Amino acid sequence: MALENIHLVRGRAVHVPGDDIDTDRIIPARFMKCVTFDGLGEYLFYDTRHTPDGEKKDHPLNDPRFDGASILISGNNFGCGSSREHAPQAIYRAGFRAVIAESFAEIFFGNSIQLGMPCVTADAADLRELAAAVRADPSMTVEIDVKDRVVRFGGEEIPCGLRDGARQSLLEGHWDPIQDLLEGVPEVEALASGLEYMRA
Amino acid sequence: MGKSLFQKVWDAHSVRELPNGQTQLLIGTHLIHEVTSPQAFGMLRERGIPVRFPHRTFATVDHIVPTNEVAEPYSDPLAQAMIEELRKNCADHGITFFDTNTGHQGIVHIVGPEQGITQPGTTIACGDSHTSTHGAFGAIAFGIGTSQVRDVLATQTIALNPLKVRRINVDGELAPGVYAKDVILHIIRLLGTKGGTGFAYEYGGSVFDGFSMEERMTVCNMSIEGGARVGYVNPDETTVEYLEGRPYAPKGAAWDHAAERWLSFASDPDCDYDDVVNIRAEDIAPTVTWGITPGQAVFIHENIPSPDDGETESARESISEALEHMSFAGGEPIKGIPVDVAFLGSCTNGRLSDLKEVARFLEGHKVNPRVKAICVPGSQAVGKIAEELGLDRIFKEAGFEWRAAGCSMCLAMNPDKLIGNQLCASSSNRNFKGRQGSPTGRTILMSPLMVAAAAVTGEIADAREVFGILEPAGV
Repeated sequence: MALENIHLVRGRAVHVPGDDIDTDRIIPARFMKCVTFDGLGEYLFYDTRHTPDGEKKDHPLNDPRFDGASILISGNNFGCGSSREHAPQAIYRAGFRAVIAESFAEIFFGNSIQLGMPCVTADAADLRELAAAVRADPSMTVEIDVKDRVVRFGGEEIPCGLRDGARQSLLEGHWDPIQDLLEGVPEVEALASGLEYMRA
Repeated sequence: MGKSLFQKVWDAHSVRELPNGQTQLLIGTHLIHEVTSPQAFGMLRERGIPVRFPHRTFATVDHIVPTNEVAEPYSDPLAQAMIEELRKNCADHGITFFDTNTGHQGIVHIVGPEQGITQPGTTIACGDSHTSTHGAFGAIAFGIGTSQVRDVLATQTIALNPLKVRRINVDGELAPGVYAKDVILHIIRLLGTKGGTGFAYEYGGSVFDGFSMEERMTVCNMSIEGGARVGYVNPDETTVEYLEGRPYAPKGAAWDHAAERWLSFASDPDCDYDDVVNIRAEDIAPTVTWGITPGQAVFIHENIPSPDDGETESARESISEALEHMSFAGGEPIKGIPVDVAFLGSCTNGRLSDLKEVARFLEGHKVNPRVKAICVPGSQAVGKIAEELGLDRIFKEAGFEWRAAGCSMCLAMNPDKLIGNQLCASSSNRNFKGRQGSPTGRTILMSPLMVAAAAVTGEIADAREVFGILEPAGV
């Protein structure tokens, strides 16, 4: 099954400010009592979007001006904490197709790329400019160019970071590696048979 | 030029280079639990792919198991559905499952080592970020997402980029009342919660040489809180001694050979590290968090920071946000803050040595009546030995609830949760907003003995004062 080549992500954006936004915040653990990822999008950032009584709070994702946004903008060390793929799954299933942040936690980054959801970094000053532009005009189109590693918005262009392997995976449609891994199985079996602890 | 353990283990498990430049890395040992595996099995079913090496995957159930009820069906039908799904997936694919009726169930990062499944020179993956725990044995062990759990089930490999290696030396002697937990909280405080991104942390120095395996596990466990997906300690005689006689350890002639091979994985003295950090053991005092990330920590005798202490605008904002969540003014001492709950357990500090150390000091003390204190052994085996030693009696007489094994209040995917804005003195690993089950709940991370001190006094306290542990001059 050939995967889509991801060169560009275009869409409207929303800014969820803050550093160290952890996976418990992205998807609180109680919503992981499930055996599929279906429906997780509904619980994205649930506890920061709702009061303990379930009333909606003031939050960018509760603001109708940002309905339908497909690019999430945030701060430093985004996605830190657990390895739960429920976090990028919730973001993806809420309609997002890319995240721009100052930096990403490593496991979150890998999980996101494997879903075909680019996570690109930008420096703090550029992010502030982008966030301000998005707040000023929520209807503005933001474009992440995976190939050229730039983000374009409202006539502006800022550089963005994406490590080579991830970039190549997205561009060439290898972001979900399962097919490539399966093709290597004969070599896997040969290597495993030489490792004492792996013998049955 | 010699090689680090990381390079040796990586090279021994590299299958080939993938089209995107990543390495196809063999995962020798795969551990699974009920939360992050069901979707992976579902993906295999959808594609009609079998489990390739079922004898190299081991399962247990930990996150959702209640610690206050043993009989099934559990009161929570979702928890019941999850344990049944895991049972079925293991049975369908011929995977060993340390189920609740085996006497071997427990937190996955406690079960692997105590069974002798965790071995030096191996690669270990699990859909759980605290898999770094197993690095204590000189394994390269890391957390993976559910799609990668699928990859391991299907091929026993994942696609990965190599990490850089940062050597962290802790030399000298820890003062009495200063524990492995304080060492890792101190390291995270120094290097930050994202300082380890892209690195494997290699811990060494005289403090680690002298540490037991359980102390090494406590430190490696929280590598991920410092941003490092992998943390390890080079294998030595302590490692070999721990593994001898464990159910899955090699036996007979294979044992001698294995022990020799394991030790050969240790980093060569002349290997080149990408970074080296040196820490003096004497500079570490009992450490507690005050905020909403594990890096927001102070020594017990220090004050909580104020926003003005932040060096940048974003640091000031982070401090303000943390103070607001914790309902602290900023600038006041951390000592003396009232606590509502004391939680002793988790994959960080739910091992036998943790319970023994606390019991040694707790005997004769009583939990403050306004504190709810629970002690949760990390595995059924830990619980059983603790009971044989009479530790359960010491905890119960002091006023702790004695529970069945599981993750419990570390992440509250089970009935153990904070209520409202309760403040919990916790031996666990994360103090994120809402982590312990209440969106407004508050967590202060600390060593097990500091949890006991908080339980007894009803406030954040210095365990050395509460339990009469002498402080040497100068600390």
